[in-house]
This record gives sequence, C-alpha cells and structure tokens, in this order.
Amino acid sequence: MTGSDPLRLYRTVRLIRRFEERAIELVRAGEIVGGIHPYLGQEGIAAGVCAALSAEDLVTGTHRGHGHVLAKGADPARMLAELCGRVTGLNRGRGGSMHAADFGVGVLGANAIVGAAGAILTGAVWERRRRGADIVGATFFGDGAVNEGMLLEAFNLAALWRIPVLFVCENNGYATTMPVDGAVAGTIAGRAAAFGMPAAAVDGQDPEAVHEVTAAAVARMRAGGGPELVEARTYRFDAHHTFEHQVRLDYRPPEEVAEGRSRDPVDIAGARLDPAVRAEVDAAVEAELDAAVEFALAGPHPDPATALDHLYASGLTARTGGG
Amino acid sequence: MPRLSYRRALTRALADEMTRDESVVVLGEDIRVAAANVTTGLLKKFGPERVRDTPLSEQAFTSFATGAALAGARPVVEFQIPSLLFLVFEQIVNHAHKFPLMTGGQCAVPVTYVVPGSGSRTGWAGQHSDHPYALFAHVGVTTVVPATPADAYGLLVSAIRCDDPVVVFAPAGALDLRADVTDLAAVPLGRGIVRRPGADVTVVAVGHLVHDALAVAEELAGQASVEVFDPRTLYPFDWDGLVESVSRTGRLVVVDDGNRSCGIAGEIIATVVERVRLAAPPRRVTRPDGAVLPFAPALDRAVQPGRDQLTAAIQLTLKDG
Repeated sequence: MTGSDPLRLYRTVRLIRRFEERAIELVRAGEIVGGIHPYLGQEGIAAGVCAALSAEDLVTGTHRGHGHVLAKGADPARMLAELCGRVTGLNRGRGGSMHAADFGVGVLGANAIVGAAGAILTGAVWERRRRGADIVGATFFGDGAVNEGMLLEAFNLAALWRIPVLFVCENNGYATTMPVDGAVAGTIAGRAAAFGMPAAAVDGQDPEAVHEVTAAAVARMRAGGGPELVEARTYRFDAHHTFEHQVRLDYRPPEEVAEGRSRDPVDIAGARLDPAVRAEVDAAVEAELDAAVEFALAGPHPDPATALDHLYASGLTARTGGG
Repeated sequence: MPRLSYRRALTRALADEMTRDESVVVLGEDIRVAAANVTTGLLKKFGPERVRDTPLSEQAFTSFATGAALAGARPVVEFQIPSLLFLVFEQIVNHAHKFPLMTGGQCAVPVTYVVPGSGSRTGWAGQHSDHPYALFAHVGVTTVVPATPADAYGLLVSAIRCDDPVVVFAPAGALDLRADVTDLAAVPLGRGIVRRPGADVTVVAVGHLVHDALAVAEELAGQASVEVFDPRTLYPFDWDGLVESVSRTGRLVVVDDGNRSCGIAGEIIATVVERVRLAAPPRRVTRPDGAVLPFAPALDRAVQPGRDQLTAAIQLTLKDG
C-alpha cells in the first residue's frame, strides 16, 4: 500500500482509543476480570503500521495488544467479548486481554511474555513464504523487550536468513516502571545495526508518519529486502496496567505525563480531517462500540465443564484433577 | 530386513516423513553434517530449505519452529544435548504447548523435539547428562522415550504426525542398539507394551532401562516371574495397559533415570495405587533427589539407576506382603 489514507488512519486510532476507554469502564464494572494494559496514547503505531500491511500479512502483538489486534482487522465486538471471557470472544474466552488472537486476519496472538513473539512471527513468515505466499510480517514489542535475549536472537535469525519481518519497537519510555535510561545500554536502533538491519526512528504519536516509515520498509521487504526495525517513540497515557488505578505507583513526574499527553494521536490524526467528517467517524465508532459492548455482555459464559477444551489439537484428553 | 541401528531408525523416520509430507522440515545445530549422526543424508536429499542448520540460538529457533508450525509446517527440532531443554523450556511450555488452548482452538503446534543422546553419555558431566522427561510430562507435553530401534522409528513417525508438540528422548544408553526389524511402522503414542510376560511382579522401565530390566528379569528367572512393562510414551501414559499388568501380578517396581522427587516413577506408583490394591508396597529405583551427574565415571554410574538396585527392589517387593 502506498500513500496514506487520513480517514482510515483516524478511524483506526479513534476506534482503538474508544475501545480502550470502554474496556476500562468494563474493568471498573467488574465485567473484565484481571484488568487490562491500556494502549491509550500509543494508538498511532498500530494504526500506522497495519495500514501498510495486507490482509495476508502476519502480526504478533504484546500484553498491551488490543490496538494491534483491532488495527489488523479483528472484529471489535468479538475482541471485547474475549476480554469479558465469553464464548463469543475471538478465543472463545480462553485467552483474554493478553492473548487475544485472530488467525483469520493474520494476528498470531498478543503474547504476554516480553520479547517472545519475534521469533514466532519470524518462523511463521518463513513458512508462509516457503509455501509461496508473498507476505511480510510485523511484530510489535516494547522498549523492555530490547533487553530480552530471545528477541535479539530473533533479530539475528531474521537478518541472517533475510526473512521480511518488521520489528516494531513501541518505545513508551518505560518497561512497567523502569525508565529506558535505567535499562537500555546503547540504543535501540544500535541493536538493529549490530545485525545489519536498517532502523528508523519515528514519531509514534503521528500515525501518518508511522505509516510512511512502515510503508517504505514494507516496500523494501516485498522487493526482497531483509528485516528492518522501526522505533516508534510514544507515550503511554494511562497505567501500565489498570491495577495502577487502585495502587498509585510513583515513577512518572506529573509534568512529564502532562507533556506526554499533550501530543495525542487522536488529535493529530483528527486535525487532518474536515471537522464534519471527523464527527461522522466519531459517531460511527461510537455506534460500533455500543453494539460491541452489547454483543460482548450478551455472550454466554463458558461452561466450566469445557475448561480444558482446545488444550490438545490432537484430541488428546487430559486426566481430570479430582480425586 | 537388515539389522537396524537406533540412530538409523531415527534417520529413516525423518527421511520417510519428509518424503511423505512436504510440510516436514528439520531444524537444529550442526544438522547439515549430522553431528549427532541422525540427520545423515537429509540435506543432500531435501535441500537447505527443509534441513536448516541453525546458529546457536536455541530459544529463537525453538520459537521459530512454533511460528512455522502455526503457519502450516511440521518442524522437527534436534537438540544434541538434553540439558538444552532447560534453556528452551519456556519456548516449549509457554508458547508451543499453550497456544492451542489460549487461542481457543484457532491453531495447532505440531512440532517434534528430538534429543538423540539423552541421559548420561559417561564423561559428559553435569551440564550434558540430564534426563528431564518428567518435566514435560508434568506440564502436559507429549513425551516419548523409545527403548528399541523399531520404537525409535515408530514413535518418531507418530510424533511428527501428531498435531501437538512432542518431545522424543532418545536415551544415550539405547543409541548403539541394533535389532532385526521386520516391521517398520508407526507406533501409536500413549500405548505401552509388555516386553516380557511374568506373573509375580510388574517392573516398569523407562527407555534404555528396559534392557536392564529384561536382563534382571532373566537373572531372576529361577526365583520369580518378572513382567517388564515398557510405557514407551510417558505422557499420555498407558494407564490402562499398566493397570492390567499390575492387576495380574499384584506387585510394582519402577526403574526411572529421572531424579526422585516429582519424577515419573512417583507418578506411576501414585496412579497405580489409586487403582489397584497391591500385595506389597511398591518400590522405585531412580536417580537420587536433585542429582547432578558428577564427571568421574564411577561417580556418574553411582548416580544412575543400576541393575543391582533393581534386583534388590524386586526381591524386597517379592518378600513383602
């Protein structure tokens, strides 16, 4: 895909924003148990990257993964049902917020082990291409993941074997509460350089800028280039996890939060639209999410007797735990 | 059928499955030159796209195989050293094993992990001599430990065809075996076999220890009739097959090359006593608790289950009750 589509980018950013806000309401209402890792503030990255991908391309996300799944095209209603643990959810209520997956739209899962998904996606892209599919992949991870050995091993494999994977680092400044300066020796882009991978830094608050950088990288990869890294600099507007709404952790100065929140991807993308068009998009998103909430809460809860359904694809049945 | 070595049985299984199914690929360290003498000839026959020598990045290539499986491949990953399974335990358990349930059945992860040379190889010391099959049984990953060349072939074939992850432990103590194999065929997962029928006691032996158990049974033939049960698959275990055996003999001894606490021997005994009223307390011969294999050969041997220990355990069980 070449050339950005401001309407589409805004719509995706707005959808993720309002999805997350609705999800937080559902956490507070007790409908989503276990809380969520809100993607608020980082929406421009998922929107910009996924706009440069085709339906067949593959992605993996993170524990902060709702945005990636939605931007790649999953149904928000089934996604929300998943967060609510209903059988109508994407994963039939077996995955929840941190593991939402939709193989039908190329989302091989949010993955809650930091740094783990890069090698998985690399293998998946390799196999699809071995079978003749002309696809690429994008794997999202945070700044915390750049210190995980298995991600660095994945950089090496992808670069060595020239597998077209876009490694997208969402640098929101903190790995949970650990600031980047306290955790990362050298630089994030420098890690790519060590493996001979091109790297670009981009303003993650601007979906159009993210799209532009991604589209160029994807074009090079489709033309036979190897993997690349994009470091999208962003800011997490809300908590690491919604548990912080109850337990205040003191690690981000209020001035920093205010400054971070002043560059809002929704506003940046929205300013590029005619206000009337923007209002139409907002209304359409609201209607879609009204229906999504209704769908999610109407879905049946899973039957406890089915708790270990899908444990084995081979049909093996596990022994029960009772006496 | 000529005499088939255990290693060549593994090679045959790989080659046959790769010929039968284009989705089968092999990954691992030094496999292009068959350093473990298992992938011999595969590169030449199937090419580098299907026989992929990897850098020393066990965690990445294990998850690479998971990803390839999600996209339709049936990867076989070879580890030359059993202790590398500790390094990739996270990738196997947290990802390969959990994906089908976590995704609500959207995917399968048909990866086979093969360890040619598990357990002690004498002189390979602390970090190359583990036999951690019970760990995989504990987390619920299908785990097989073939004792014979025919089973090495048949269980590896079934592992590759299985839609779930399977770990194949090929014990170092069995790798040099050769046998006349008349029937090279898939062996079903989860099905044990009585290697020697007997009436007085059932000895469950895992992997290479099956041959020790058979030798001990022969030695004791004048005193007692010992049945030797080879589970072949540790998870899922053939409980019905074992219960049938122990129900006849009324006595149980397990010999297992794993560490004692939370080992497979403990699970076997627990399950049997839940289902069968034994004539005497069951016994087990295992590595000691927390065993680390020391280097010196005499020390290495001292930590592994031995025939003398097994003989003593059988005699005690026969005397009790």
